[in-house]
Amino acid sequence: MIEIRGISKTFGDNPVLKDISATFEKGKVNMIIGQSGSGKTVIAKCIVGLMEVDQGAILYDGQDFVKLDKQQRMDIRRKIGFLFQYSALFDSMTVEENVMFPMKMFTEMTKEEMLDRVNFCLKRVNMGDKNALYPSELSGGMQKRVGIARAISLNPAYLFCDEPNSGLDPRTSIVIDNLIKEITEEFNMTTVVISHDMNSVIEIGQNINFLFQGQLWWKGDKKGLITTDNEEVNKFVYSSEFMQLLKEKLASSFK
Amino acid sequence: MGFFFEIGRFWMFMRQVFARPQKFSMFFKRFVNECYQIGIGSLGIVSIMSVFMGAVITLQTAYNIDSWYIPPYTVGFTARQSIILEFSPTIISLILAGIVGSKISSEIGSMRVSQQIDALDIMGVNSAGFLVLPKITGAVFMFPFLIAISMFLGLLGGLVFGYLSGEVTAGRYIYGLQYYFNPYAVKYALTKTLFFAFIITSIASYYGYYTSGGSVEVGRSSTKSVIVSSIFILLVNYLLTQLLLI
Repeated sequence: MIEIRGISKTFGDNPVLKDISATFEKGKVNMIIGQSGSGKTVIAKCIVGLMEVDQGAILYDGQDFVKLDKQQRMDIRRKIGFLFQYSALFDSMTVEENVMFPMKMFTEMTKEEMLDRVNFCLKRVNMGDKNALYPSELSGGMQKRVGIARAISLNPAYLFCDEPNSGLDPRTSIVIDNLIKEITEEFNMTTVVISHDMNSVIEIGQNINFLFQGQLWWKGDKKGLITTDNEEVNKFVYSSEFMQLLKEKLASSFK
Repeated sequence: MGFFFEIGRFWMFMRQVFARPQKFSMFFKRFVNECYQIGIGSLGIVSIMSVFMGAVITLQTAYNIDSWYIPPYTVGFTARQSIILEFSPTIISLILAGIVGSKISSEIGSMRVSQQIDALDIMGVNSAGFLVLPKITGAVFMFPFLIAISMFLGLLGGLVFGYLSGEVTAGRYIYGLQYYFNPYAVKYALTKTLFFAFIITSIASYYGYYTSGGSVEVGRSSTKSVIVSSIFILLVNYLLTQLLLI
């Protein structure tokens, strides 16, 4: 479980995160949603330590990440899998080498053991026959899948996905979403998904946090999100004509 | 203020770079790869430059000292001094600042803007050490060989083209090369090279590592790294000459 308590972050005179507290539960897909510029990516970067918070606490199973020294932070980070918006695969390495990389760095596994694990992870994301390809030879969806395979290669306790569907067609997006959900449940991970894609939220969101102007404006589950009378949440959820058309249907299905 | 910020950040960056490698086998593999990339990758251009610059230095010297009271072997002597003391260690290093430096800066800068460095950090990898240490050690290891080859080819180019042009005979040129030869000159030149290798790779890596934005910024970092490392090469060249030769 990850818990954040009263975290704030300011860039110059611009407060991007204002006193945010939230809990991300184990075995669930926890979502941080909000429109562009609401601070979603900043909060994710702060939680994993790519940015320092100005104040507040970030607890990984009770351990305050903010107060840890460099080595202790590295130990926590080894338990984190991160799927980046544009996958961030190492372009000088093949698919196999990308997935094997964390094992090479942090384990004493033999080559055969590593290869077994690589093949398991790649098969798990339906990329079993792409070991020898380079990232530039893969489509966006395939890169995301390899990114997931790399993220889970060390059996992480925490999985972060930053805009996992950006740049993907709706069908591939659903495949990636379902993969994230299945993996979360299968490996009992604490998964945090950053997204502004309502399809994703409806598809896999279990514990939803809505950010607005740097504040945690609303939190709840999928049903609550659909039926809430919070004005800003409604503006976000039903911003498209398609969602407005579905509004009543969704509300009745969640009754 | 900006200058002191850069100095401070560079110092912090170097501390990260020179931290103990997390996995020595990975470091060694990358070190060998960098030796190959930097050494073999630059050998062609270094060879071509050295042969022709050696030739030009020889011909220009011969043209300028065309006088009855200056012995002909002075051509070989002057070419030797120019090539060993200055051309090979400094000018070739300036060229390498352009070739190797810009490559390193753009490679690391691209990794930064495509979040590959963030990916390393999140995995718990010391990204600065992992990416940069093999480059610095690889360059420091390979540059002396490159410069030694450059010296040899420069002198050889002078011999061949001096002879072919009829400006100096091979015997007189070789006599000039050997005339009052002090091996300390080579030692001095190779010592300079070690400093230049560090300057080129560390500055290029620094600018690449702290790139933010997109492809325009990657290009800007690359240009900046070449300019700054060239200035530092000239500055350190002066300081080392003062310290080691005078």
